[in-house]
Amino acid sequence: MNEGPRMKARVTVTLKTGVLDPQGKAIEGALKSLGIEDVGSVRQGKVFDIELGVEDAARAETVLKTACEKLLANTVVENYRIEIL
Amino acid sequence: MKAAVVLFPGSNREGDAVRAIEAASGHKPAIVWHAEHELPAGTDLVVLPGGFSYGDYLRCGAIAGRAAIMDAVRAHAARGGLVLGICNGFQILCEGGLLPGVLMRNKDLRFICKMQHLRVERADTAYASAYTAGQVIKVAIAHGEGNYEADDETIARLEGEGRVAFRYCDANGAVGGTANPNGSTRDIAGIYSEKRNVLGMMPHPENLIDPLVGGIDGFGLFKSLAAA
Repeated sequence: MNEGPRMKARVTVTLKTGVLDPQGKAIEGALKSLGIEDVGSVRQGKVFDIELGVEDAARAETVLKTACEKLLANTVVENYRIEIL
Repeated sequence: MKAAVVLFPGSNREGDAVRAIEAASGHKPAIVWHAEHELPAGTDLVVLPGGFSYGDYLRCGAIAGRAAIMDAVRAHAARGGLVLGICNGFQILCEGGLLPGVLMRNKDLRFICKMQHLRVERADTAYASAYTAGQVIKVAIAHGEGNYEADDETIARLEGEGRVAFRYCDANGAVGGTANPNGSTRDIAGIYSEKRNVLGMMPHPENLIDPLVGGIDGFGLFKSLAAA
């Protein structure tokens, strides 16, 4: 990246369905105890806002997929979603 | 036995690992910085010590698992070399692709620091020859993310291949219920690689090598390694 960021993206990493999420459960319990009604369930995840030095969306997608597979997500238990903003 | 203890930013049990290895083998291990690309020539055993590498940022062990030295550690393991990951070291082995599965947050969300009984599942390995199969040992645990999880297929493979090294149990060796401190699948406290040259475990045998601090049940692991 030598001419500054050209594209922005957001990567969202969430736990796969069926993986126990004790933090989400604790947050869910806290919301319910605050009387915030209609909360069914809560799953906690992570958001990464990433600036990229590329102009091509397809290239950005490839770079981010590599980043997710190599580091941002542990695909044993997590899913990831890439959005080019 | 020539040992190397890898130091990551945030490791904090390297001193204990060094002391345990030296007490058992008579040789002081080398300390290897994570940014190195090579292990010292002739290294037999690599230890990834406990701690909070990179402040547990992203996921426990995730960043350390991709550190420069880890390529050398993976090559060492592929050659059949011994690699021991304790606590954060176990998390690093899982994140670094040397062992399957992942260490998730403890089921009750608490950081657990206490003495814990373990059952030695097999004694025919480089790490456990000083124990007997089924022996109950008492060592320390200190972790927030020790809940071992893997998909059903992986768990079935680990069990089928006899790769569970230690299970959490009570003083009589019974597993399950309150004897499992963190919700770990099948009470798993430690697992071996396919060839049993890599061991990852959450408990701290290196802290139980001196009667002064409450027991010497952890010393057997280092005696086994010294004899390997």
